[in-house]
Amino acid sequence: MEMAGLHSYLLIAAFLFCAGSACVLMKRNVIHMLMGVELIFNASALNFVAFSRFAPSQLDVFAISGQVVALFVIVLAAAEAAVALALVLSLFQMIKSSDVSKMSSLKG
Amino acid sequence: MENNLLLWIILCPLISSVVVRLFGKTLGRKAVHWVASGSVLLSFALAVTSVAQFVGSHHIQVHKVFLWLDTDLFQTWVGFQLDSLSCLMVCIITGVGSLIHIYSTGYMAHEKAFERYFAYLNLFMAMMLTLVLADNALLMFVGWEGVGLCSYLLIGFYYSDHQNADAGKKAFVVNRVGDFAFIIGLLTLFWTMGIQTGVWSFDFQDIKEYSWAIENVHLFGVSAAVFVTLMMFIGATGKSAQIPLYVWLPDAMAGPTPVSALIHAATMVTSGIYLISRLSFLFDMAPATLHVIAWIGGLTALFAATIALVQNDIKKVLAYSTVSQLGYMFLACGVGAYASGMFHVTTHAFFKALLFLAAGSVIHACHHEQDMRKMGQLKSKIPSTYKTYLIGAIAISGVFPFAGFFSKDEILWQVWNHSKALWIIGLVTAGMTAFYMFRSVFLTFWGDRRMDDHHWNQVHESPASMTAVLWILAGLSLIGGWVWWPGFMQLSSFFPHWLESSVVVHHAHGSHAAEISLTLISLGVALSGIALAYQIYVRKLFSTQKLKETLSFVHRCLEHKYYVDEAYEKIWVQGTKKLSQSFSIFDQRIVDGVVNWTSRALKFCVFVMGSFDRFVVDGLVNLSGYITASIGLMVRKIQNGQIQLYLATMLAACGVLTALWVKYYLLQG
Repeated sequence: MEMAGLHSYLLIAAFLFCAGSACVLMKRNVIHMLMGVELIFNASALNFVAFSRFAPSQLDVFAISGQVVALFVIVLAAAEAAVALALVLSLFQMIKSSDVSKMSSLKG
Repeated sequence: MENNLLLWIILCPLISSVVVRLFGKTLGRKAVHWVASGSVLLSFALAVTSVAQFVGSHHIQVHKVFLWLDTDLFQTWVGFQLDSLSCLMVCIITGVGSLIHIYSTGYMAHEKAFERYFAYLNLFMAMMLTLVLADNALLMFVGWEGVGLCSYLLIGFYYSDHQNADAGKKAFVVNRVGDFAFIIGLLTLFWTMGIQTGVWSFDFQDIKEYSWAIENVHLFGVSAAVFVTLMMFIGATGKSAQIPLYVWLPDAMAGPTPVSALIHAATMVTSGIYLISRLSFLFDMAPATLHVIAWIGGLTALFAATIALVQNDIKKVLAYSTVSQLGYMFLACGVGAYASGMFHVTTHAFFKALLFLAAGSVIHACHHEQDMRKMGQLKSKIPSTYKTYLIGAIAISGVFPFAGFFSKDEILWQVWNHSKALWIIGLVTAGMTAFYMFRSVFLTFWGDRRMDDHHWNQVHESPASMTAVLWILAGLSLIGGWVWWPGFMQLSSFFPHWLESSVVVHHAHGSHAAEISLTLISLGVALSGIALAYQIYVRKLFSTQKLKETLSFVHRCLEHKYYVDEAYEKIWVQGTKKLSQSFSIFDQRIVDGVVNWTSRALKFCVFVMGSFDRFVVDGLVNLSGYITASIGLMVRKIQNGQIQLYLATMLAACGVLTALWVKYYLLQG
C-alpha cells in the first residue's frame, strides 16, 4: 500500500488553517470564532505530527519532539477553550450578546 | 597716668539724671533736690581730687574706658583726659554747676515738673563734662551735640507757651548750621592729616603731634589749616553765639533763669572758646582764620553791646551782654591770646552766672516780672540780691579789683599789640558794657517805685539757698581774677603758666608805661560809662524820652536789634519755604512726570511682549497640539475595537512579512 506523501498532509493542514482563519475573521458569533481558532491549532498540530513522521531518522530527537509539541498543542487548546469560554460567558452577561462587532469598548 | 575717677565725674550726674527722670515723682521733691545737687557736688569733689592728682603728679590724667570704634583705618576709644585746660573747665563746670543746682532748689520750689528740670540739668552736666574731658574729637563732638540737645530741652522747658517752644527750636536749628561746619572741619582735618602722615586718628594727642602736615595742603585756594580752622570757627559761632549765628541766644532766655545762668552764660556758650583753645596749635598755623575770628569777635562784642543799651527786659540785657562778652573772648583768641580768652571765660563764668542768678532772684521776688520799667527802688526790699547784683555789675564793667577788670585788661592789652582798630572797638564796648549794666542796676534797684502797691507788698527776698549761692559767686567775682595780674604789677601770673602745658601762650610784649596807660584808659572808660548811666537814670540830667526822640532812628534800629531777626526770617526761613515750594513743583511736574512716563513706556513694552507670547509662543504650542490631535484623529479610525479587523491586519502583516522573507531571504539565499 502506497503511503500518502508529506505534501498531502501539508495540504490538509493548509486547508484547515485557511478554514480556521476564515472562520475567525468572518464569523460574527464569538463562539464560532473560537471554533475557528481550534481549527488553526489543529492545523499546526497536524503539521508537527507530519514533519515528525517524515523526519529522515526515526531516532532523531526532532522526530519525537514534533509529536510531543502536538500533545502540548492539544492540552493548550483545551486550556484555552476553557479560559476563552469563561471570558465569553462573562462578556455575554455584560452585553447580553455574543456578537463580536458589539464588543468594541476598546475602540480608540 | 591712668585715673578712673574721670569716668565717675561724668557718671555721677548722668546716673542721677536717669534716676531723677524715672523715679523723681515717687521720690518726691526733697529727695530729688538731694540726689540732683548731691550728684553734682560729688562730681565736683571728684574733679577737685583729680585736679589734685594732676598737680601732684605733673602728668596728664587719662582713662580709656572702652574701644568705641574699631575699623581697619582707625581706632577710637571712649577715653578721657585731664590736662590743665580740662582742669580749668571741669572746675568751672562742676563748681558753678553745683551752685546753680543748689540755687535751683530754691528757684524751682514751686515748679510742678521739677523732676524733668533736674533730670535735664544733670544730663547737661554730664554732656558738658564729656565735652571738656574727651581725649578725642569724636567723643568731644558727642558732648558738643549733647549740650545742644539739653539746651534745646531746657529753653523749651515751659513748652506750653508756643513762643518758648519756638525759641528752643530756633536754638537747635541755628546750632545745627554751626555743627555742620564743625563736622566738615573735623573730617577734613582727619582726612588731610591721614593722607599726609598716615596717622588716621581723632585723638587730640595725635592731632597735636601730626597736624603740622596739613599746613602745606591746599583746599579751595587756601591752606587746609585755614579751611579746617575756619570751619571749626563757624561751628564755634553757632555754639558760642557769634555773628552771624548769635540770634538764638537772646531768644534762649525763654528757659528758666538758672538755666540761662548755667548753660547760656557760664558753660555751654563758652565751648567755642574751649574748642579754639584746645586746638590752639592748629589755629596758630592759620593767621587768616585768626584775623577773621578777631574781627567777628570784635564786631559781635560791639554790635551786641549797642543792642543791650536799649533792652528793657532784664534777662535780655544780660543775654546781649553775654553775646558781647563772648565776642570779647573770641577777640582775644583772634589775636592769639588764647589764655586771655580762657581767663575771660573763667571770670565771666563767675560774674555772669552771678548776674543771671541775681536777676533770677529779682524775677522770683517780683513774681515773674522781667520788665525793668515796672521795677525800681527794689534795693531796700531785697538787699542781698541788690548787693550781689551790684558786685556782678561792677565786675563785668571792669573795675579794679574785681574779676572782670583783670581779664578785660589783659585782652585789651593783647589786642593793642595786634591792632589799634580792634582795640578801639574793644574799648568802646567796655564803656557801653559799664553803661548798660549800671542802667539795669539803676532801673531795677534805684529811682522811683513803678510797681503798684499790691505787687510791692508781695515782693520778698529769696530763700537762703539762693542768696547763699549769690554771695559765694559774688566772692568769686571779686577774687576770681587775682590769678593773673597785669604784667607791670609784678604780682601773680599763675593762670597763663598753668595753661601753658595745654594751650599755646604768647606773652605780650611792650613797655610797662604803655601797659599802665592803657589800663588807666580802660578803667577810665568803664568809670565814665558808670557815671553816664548815673547821670541819666538817677540824676536825670537828660530826659530819656527826649533822647529817644532826637535819636529816634537809631533807637528804633536798636530796639528792633538791627532787624536781624526780621532779615533772617525773610531770607532764610521764607527763602527755605520758597525753595521747598519750587522743589515741590519740580517734584510734581518733572520727577512725577518722568516716573509716569516710565510707567507708561513699561506698560507698552509689556503689552508688546504679552502679544508676542499670546500669538507667537502660544500659537506654536497650540499648533503642535493641533497637529498631534489631527494625527490622532486619523489614527483612531484604525483602532475601532473590532477584533477581527486587528486579526486580519495581523494576518495580512504576517503574509506580507512571509512574502518578503521568501522573496529576499529564501530565494536569494
